[in-house]
Amino acid sequence: MDAFFEWFRVLYDETGINLPFLYDSYDRNRMIDGFFMTIKLSVVCLFFSIIIGIIGAWLQNSPFKWTRRIMNGYIQLFRNTPPLVQLYFFYFAISSLLPTMSNGYGGQQPILGGFAWAAISLSFFAGAFNVEIFRSGIEAVPDSTIEAAEALGFSRLTIYLHITLPLAIRVALPALNNNLVNLVKTTTLAYAIAVPEMLYEANQIWSDNVNVTEMMVFLLLTYFVLVGVLVWVMHRWEKRLKIPGFGA
Amino acid sequence: MNNSNHKIMPVMMAPRPRPDDRFQLQSWHGYVLAAICVAAGVPAAFAATDPGQAGMFETLLRWMPLLLKGFIFNIVISISAMAVGTLVGAALGLGQISLNPFVQKIAWIVTQFFRNAPWLVLLFFAMFLLPFEVKVFGLTIPLPDWLKAILGLSLPVMANVSEIVRGAIQSLPSGQWEAAESLAFSRTQVLWRIILPQCVKRMLPPWMNLYSILTMATVLASIVGVSEVMTLTGQALAAEGGRSDLLIPFYSFVLLLFFAYCYPIARWTVRLEKKFSVIT
Repeated sequence: MDAFFEWFRVLYDETGINLPFLYDSYDRNRMIDGFFMTIKLSVVCLFFSIIIGIIGAWLQNSPFKWTRRIMNGYIQLFRNTPPLVQLYFFYFAISSLLPTMSNGYGGQQPILGGFAWAAISLSFFAGAFNVEIFRSGIEAVPDSTIEAAEALGFSRLTIYLHITLPLAIRVALPALNNNLVNLVKTTTLAYAIAVPEMLYEANQIWSDNVNVTEMMVFLLLTYFVLVGVLVWVMHRWEKRLKIPGFGA
Repeated sequence: MNNSNHKIMPVMMAPRPRPDDRFQLQSWHGYVLAAICVAAGVPAAFAATDPGQAGMFETLLRWMPLLLKGFIFNIVISISAMAVGTLVGAALGLGQISLNPFVQKIAWIVTQFFRNAPWLVLLFFAMFLLPFEVKVFGLTIPLPDWLKAILGLSLPVMANVSEIVRGAIQSLPSGQWEAAESLAFSRTQVLWRIILPQCVKRMLPPWMNLYSILTMATVLASIVGVSEVMTLTGQALAAEGGRSDLLIPFYSFVLLLFFAYCYPIARWTVRLEKKFSVIT
């Protein structure tokens, strides 16, 4: 393995193509940390945005007028404002309202760090899209199916969990797929509040080594592969879930 | 919503219309919003009765012209990037349905590559890798930051427009192509006179959607140092000495600006979608 890494040092000496994240162990660890930070942030946001989507879609069909209105207000607000400004709003504005705690070195630090705020803000952003996506899935479930379930004595919650949702997910998957890909791409915004994800670490490395071109190309390829893997997995899942005769 | 119907057995009920009460802004929402702002402002205003400091709304009012100018710059960036992206993207989209397999493959790869890359990374890409000036025939043309930002933002727009064009053309029934061919139109004529005019309707809603996404992405330019609304907000906050009570009004104001611009576009898009949707 070391010989493999050393080969890139030779490559740099011979051709000037500088890839320090391969031959320099310090830069390599930074890059790996950044990569896993991006994955971690993506997974956390994926999870919470789907939860928000499911709960939101359920609330949107609620019999109370104001629940539906508040839900719609949330969706429109988060869909029509820039995610970066939302992130700043959470990180700078909301965070200034929260209490601080001592960090053990005698100083004060905010109770939530950059990662937590990035996760919260991006989950809400993607969640707003997911609510609409799940809602359109739920509306595609035929009324008669729900009525049949009502006739069998299911309650509103059990109908939602056992009948509507499994059918709705299958309808909503292609759009959901699209949104989740967008979410992974949006995690780069966390760079702006200094969460050490991949773009941030790449920026550190190119600042130290002045190899912007190589890092840029590497970064684009890595995101390409990351998104490609996600799309492939979601397509597999879509195929697995497919019910013959239901959906497109 | 009539909740009482739920208890009746749904045997021979008349089909009830689904409630379509999506949130729509009405004038009274403005009053409610203003009332909430005032209510939220009162305790903060009392807290900030330090004689040396102006109230937070006065401060915001004082900075508002500058922030609005910054926002207009955002809109200029978005419109230019959309124009560039649409032109190149349309060409790329037509390349994707080319009969020449080489052209088709290249167009597909370029589209997929720029569609799957994060906007911010592409913006960095344009910012750092474009030279700060280009020399054409001894003429030196400077490339300022904002121009590079426009080019950087037009890359993902280009890829998305390409997909919109390809999708719209392929969504047309193939009978259109066959009928036109049987009338002895050449491929170019079929494309320009029969297929594309029908596609415009299908392309318009997703295109407008893309525009609103692009407008929201223009704030990314602040990360790479273009002085648009977000940069100016940061500078205004710094100029006020980093008062923490100003953070919420200033950032809310920026959010509100974008909402006021993008929400009507979103509503209009939905309306066009409904109008153009094919009734089956």
